[in-house]
Amino acid sequence: MTLPEAEPPPRTRDRSEGQTAVVELRHVSLAFEEKQVLNDVSFRVGAGETLVLLGVTGSGKSVLLKLILGLLKPDAGQVLVGGQDLAPLSESQLYPIRQHMGIVFQEGALFDSLSVYENVAYRLREEGLKDEAKIERQVREVLRFVEMEQTLEKMPAELSGGMRRRVSIARAIVNEPAIMLYDSPTAGLDPVTAHTINILIAKLRDVQNVSSLVVTQRLADAYALAHFTYSAEQQGLVAVASDGGLGRRVPTHFLVLRDGTAYFSGSTDELTSTPDPYLRKFLA
Amino acid sequence: MFQVLFERFVKGKVLAVQEFTDLLINSVRHAFTRPRYLVDTLVQMDVIGFGSLAIVLLTGFFTGGVLALQTYRTLSTFGEVGLLGQVVALSMVRELGPVLTALMVAGRNSSGIASEIGSMLVSEQIDAMRALGTDPLRKLVTPRLYATLVTLPLLTILADFCGMLGGAIVSTSTAHLSSAEYWTLAYQALEFEDCFQGLTKPFFFAIIVALVGCYFGLHTTGGTEGVGRSTTRAVVVACVLILVVDFFYTKFLIATGFF
Repeated sequence: MTLPEAEPPPRTRDRSEGQTAVVELRHVSLAFEEKQVLNDVSFRVGAGETLVLLGVTGSGKSVLLKLILGLLKPDAGQVLVGGQDLAPLSESQLYPIRQHMGIVFQEGALFDSLSVYENVAYRLREEGLKDEAKIERQVREVLRFVEMEQTLEKMPAELSGGMRRRVSIARAIVNEPAIMLYDSPTAGLDPVTAHTINILIAKLRDVQNVSSLVVTQRLADAYALAHFTYSAEQQGLVAVASDGGLGRRVPTHFLVLRDGTAYFSGSTDELTSTPDPYLRKFLA
Repeated sequence: MFQVLFERFVKGKVLAVQEFTDLLINSVRHAFTRPRYLVDTLVQMDVIGFGSLAIVLLTGFFTGGVLALQTYRTLSTFGEVGLLGQVVALSMVRELGPVLTALMVAGRNSSGIASEIGSMLVSEQIDAMRALGTDPLRKLVTPRLYATLVTLPLLTILADFCGMLGGAIVSTSTAHLSSAEYWTLAYQALEFEDCFQGLTKPFFFAIIVALVGCYFGLHTTGGTEGVGRSTTRAVVVACVLILVVDFFYTKFLIATGFF
């Protein structure tokens, strides 16, 4: 019996060609011992754009975020942030670049020996800010943004999962980064709390125009970010073009990873209308 | 098959030595450049130094006491019970004080350091630290190293004194020596070489206690189970290294004619 030939992957298209890329990966490959985690992955994220990274567990999504932050170095290829290749840079040379990026880790990764206030103030102190009044002002401002101002003196162990995620967002944005990286920000959360996190991500994207890379396995969250925009009047998400035809476009595109390769790259419409059997199964 | 396994084993050990040496050099070097985390160093001095005080004093006291008890039986057969002070002082200052103090501190703190840093690693707090612009070696390793370098010699001195005190109590109560006789001989027996040996050993042991804990913490893999493994390994390796370094350092001092 002959096995049917595997379907070739759908054609991937770089949606942000021609625009200045804030983050760009060129033919990046990475292996841990004998396991190939990423294989010849390329994509670009333009200024103010959102890239949603989808894929099954172990497809290399979180590793991509760590490469962009310079926490890992690729075995081959280039990782460019703001046009700067990160691979040849030392750890101390990466710090000025990381100042323009914020990351929300999957479980929040709050420092559990520090209070919420000290967690959020951490970056400001590390950057040398000594004015305590200014630190407090900025900390309160970002905690107000994520609606967690009342938890200033609490320790991370006293917070729920969703609250820790929100504090983690506050910590990441306290110095107003231009690029935000989210590693499964709604993983393990109930739908209501997940929706709250999505509102925050959209608020940052739409109010502060940050470029975002969102790793997620929840398609509902991915579609919410693609089809909805933040409304300050309604303090929540509204469907794109729901304001009588003058709606904002939300520049969001998708990258689906499969076995460490970029299997699909395109818009929401292209993803939902693809005939590719793997993607249809993934989206089901 | 055996050759492959042996090769992998040897390469792993060589890599471990290389990484440990790299950790030692960088953690020492960071104290001479900014940023320096003095508050973290003071906190660690409290945790490692003051936190270990009770067990170190108890260990020293009872070690000196049991040493006097056991030595009294032997010395009394030769009628030289008066030498108890000398025996306890020399044994405690040269060997038992530094080694047992280091073993106690390693058991308490190498494990604590490994589990704390290992937990931070598996919960991505170390990655968060790097993402927020902090060098984890500067923030976590250097303060612990210097805190141990400062506090372990001090703890050793206190352990030595408590050991001699324990020996004094046994000598006066069991051997019926006078306190003056005990302390006079104990004081007269100690020479510069004894004190030099006894007070330089803690610096080597401090490097082992702090860096072995940090090394295993920073190389934790496998979630919470991995943290447990790292903790156990840190204590075992630190204790064995203390004994091995003690042997070779003592041999070195004898070989160079220091005694």
